[in-house]
Amino acid sequence: MSLRNLPSDSGRRASLVPHGATRIGIYVALGVLVLAAPFLFRGIVTQLAFLWLMILFALTWDILGGQMGYNSFGNILFFGLGCYAAAVVQRDTHLPYFVALAAGMGLSALVALVAAGVLGPLTLGMRGQYFAICTLGLSIAAADLFAGWEFVGAGSGIVPALYPGPVDERNRFFYYVLLALATLTFITLRLLYRTRFGAAINAIRDDEDKAEAMGLHTTRYKVAAWMIAALFLGLAGGPVAGLVGFVDPRDLAFAGATFGVWMVLMAVLGGKGTLWGPVIGAAIFHTTQELFWTYLFGWQRVAMGVLIVAIVVFFPLGIMGWLRARWPQWFGEVVDEAARPARADGAGIGDERAA
Amino acid sequence: MDNLQILAVAPVFNLQLLVDGILIGAVFALAAYGMGLIWGVMRIINIAQGEFVMLGGYVALYAAGAGIPSLATIPIAAIVLLVLGWLLYRIVLFRLVDKDLFTSILATFGLSILLQQIANQMFGANVRSLDSGLGTLSFAGGQITVAEIKLVAFGAVLVLGAALVLFLKMSRLGQALRATAQNAAAARILGIDTDRVYAATFALNAAICGAAGALVAMTWIIHPYLGLTYTVRAFMIVVVAGLGNLLGIAASGAALGIAEQYAGFLLGTEFQTAFLFSVLVVILVARQLALHRQRLYLK
Amino acid sequence: MNALLEVDRVSKAFGGVIANRAVSLSVPAGSIVGLIGPNGSGKTTLFSSIVGSHPVDSGAVRFAGRDITRLRVGDIARLGLIRTFQQTRVYRGMSCVRNLEISAPLARSSVRSVFAPFSKEVTERAETLLDFVGLYAKRHLRAGSLSFGQQKLLEFAMALMSQPKMLLLDEPTAGINPTLINALLERLRLANTQFGITLLVIEHNMRAIMHLAGYLYCLAHGELIAAGTPDEIQHDPQVLEAYLGAH
Repeated sequence: MSLRNLPSDSGRRASLVPHGATRIGIYVALGVLVLAAPFLFRGIVTQLAFLWLMILFALTWDILGGQMGYNSFGNILFFGLGCYAAAVVQRDTHLPYFVALAAGMGLSALVALVAAGVLGPLTLGMRGQYFAICTLGLSIAAADLFAGWEFVGAGSGIVPALYPGPVDERNRFFYYVLLALATLTFITLRLLYRTRFGAAINAIRDDEDKAEAMGLHTTRYKVAAWMIAALFLGLAGGPVAGLVGFVDPRDLAFAGATFGVWMVLMAVLGGKGTLWGPVIGAAIFHTTQELFWTYLFGWQRVAMGVLIVAIVVFFPLGIMGWLRARWPQWFGEVVDEAARPARADGAGIGDERAA
Repeated sequence: MDNLQILAVAPVFNLQLLVDGILIGAVFALAAYGMGLIWGVMRIINIAQGEFVMLGGYVALYAAGAGIPSLATIPIAAIVLLVLGWLLYRIVLFRLVDKDLFTSILATFGLSILLQQIANQMFGANVRSLDSGLGTLSFAGGQITVAEIKLVAFGAVLVLGAALVLFLKMSRLGQALRATAQNAAAARILGIDTDRVYAATFALNAAICGAAGALVAMTWIIHPYLGLTYTVRAFMIVVVAGLGNLLGIAASGAALGIAEQYAGFLLGTEFQTAFLFSVLVVILVARQLALHRQRLYLK
Repeated sequence: MNALLEVDRVSKAFGGVIANRAVSLSVPAGSIVGLIGPNGSGKTTLFSSIVGSHPVDSGAVRFAGRDITRLRVGDIARLGLIRTFQQTRVYRGMSCVRNLEISAPLARSSVRSVFAPFSKEVTERAETLLDFVGLYAKRHLRAGSLSFGQQKLLEFAMALMSQPKMLLLDEPTAGINPTLINALLERLRLANTQFGITLLVIEHNMRAIMHLAGYLYCLAHGELIAAGTPDEIQHDPQVLEAYLGAH
């Protein structure tokens, strides 16, 4: 549910979200800030670019984890495939840089979609813990396989084509690309969650057996959801490879123990199953992680481990989840005592049969 | 592949792989039994299981470094991990007992990362091993060699396994454990302090892993990152054999050990872990297909 | 009248326990048939067997003349045979309105209709049905926050929303406030007479089922022990013994 999903005849509006001119003003201000950031914060453009990547990671994880109830530890697989596909295209075709990048991203998307389409039916039948661990196995197996595959450079990975321009410009370029991808993901999901598809995956989360017993094609929805996540994850691979300058199978492409786990945590921290939850979670998590890296170097991974445990144990609902439990009325969950307006044509329930 | 030819030409080498496989498989089975205990009694899947093994190995290493005879490091590792397990339960794990499995998976995953990174910081990433001071036996005219320590380890696993089973069957704690595993609420009503049972179970499991780790340090190698592989092995064995099925766990452990030895030999050691995780995926998918046919969708 | 649902000597065992032994029954189109029997007699298991929640060991099930014995739950549901659950299952994380919207059958199985928001007609029908079961005021609340009785009503509304040909209702009055049972029974009757939905109802509330159903089947120990009109069943010695006799 979104904060603005209240019925129009209730007479009550959420008090949390400003509306009208204020809201537009806020959006515009945020938009300007976000677009100007690479120029305002020149020293941390790469970190900011990664913020958008983290948001994309959290949002795509949440499609399956929060909205559909399938906790995947292997979504990084699609990102890794995307990295490699784009890098291979850049390496083996001798197209101009931006054309190769676009073509590479196209191939990434295709490969990711196919992977999800093939693996989905095999693995999405598993429930809960088995699915989680199976997907974990998939991502680690992929890391090891790609680390042994000569065609993609085995353990040394691939170096994608060099950006035709100075480093600053490169970082800015990929900042905007990742910003665009994250925004595209967000908008797509926002629209998607309001459709029948969105309700269907929620139903699968809440009671999959019931959904099947009511005639929903659960397998189709599950696979489609994973393919949507895979699409955006795959698309992100090329830009990140270009930004980092190096595709390492274990530390970048199929970084299961880092990105793979973080995507879960960010969504959990912000509140899984909500649209803004993953965004907020990603922002907080990424910032914290960068601070850990700067100030706790050497022990930052340990600190991450502690943070993970703390979030999961003490704050499982996440921020949005906690807000929603505490103030359900902000989310539209109100009792509406007004009687149902009589239909203009005076029809009663007897009409239903004719539909 | 040349290695495949070796197996065909010198069939006795198969025996070497089999023997090595069974011996290491026994250690896997031990870790699996412990994981099954926690899963059954506390409904927690402990992703940090392998880290307990790893830490046990390091305890053994440092104990040996302090002059303690190698074999005596096994009980020491067990005791240190027993305490660590109990502490971890009291600090963190007790909060996970009533939560869903996903929460426990994620939390123990975090724990495993934490322990792994602490080990990395404290001990360095180098691969280490412990010299047991025992010799090597050879058979079939030198074609098959078995380090004596591996036989000792196997024996130790048998002893530990037997002790565990007896303990669970005979002792009051063991009975309380089984009662809690079947129905925690009923156990509480009957006066069993389930919190203490959980603490004891978790500590016991950690001790089992600690002992296993000491054995691993002596028979193979220890490094901070081997945790996840042991966790996955234990998980696979439990999935295939079922909780508490000692014979099944032992057989599955042996089968997995043998399979890994063959994979390492035929595919090369760099693909050994890829093989391991691929087997995990295959097992889970096969299990799913079998369930699908019977329309038994487990939650 | 033609039988809409035919259960032909269906047997189902779990391990050593025989839950259904060669049970046969037939439900004519447009009728309300009751399924009664003491606890543990296999009624819910029979429902599960009929809708394909588990494979049957032997026997056959036919719906609208078509053999559905081997079909899975989803396929059977899409043919228009829907069941409700004894423990009442709704989508607890979603609002009541959405629970109903997602229960609407997909008019055309096209990609566009899946990725489109619910049409106004669907939402209106959802609100109508919520009104029908008295939950209109609570339509924006999470289904999980409703009481058991309210969830039962919601589940009933969801079943109606799917425009089924036939409903298998598992104890529809259990947990409902006794003062509301008559209203619920009236709605069940309306669902049958106005919507033309055939009903097969498991019930323990004898007064309710005797008034509602035109024909009854009685199970005991997994077997069919009696069948007949409410009058006949009420005087059947085997039925009386099954309910009152000691085992």
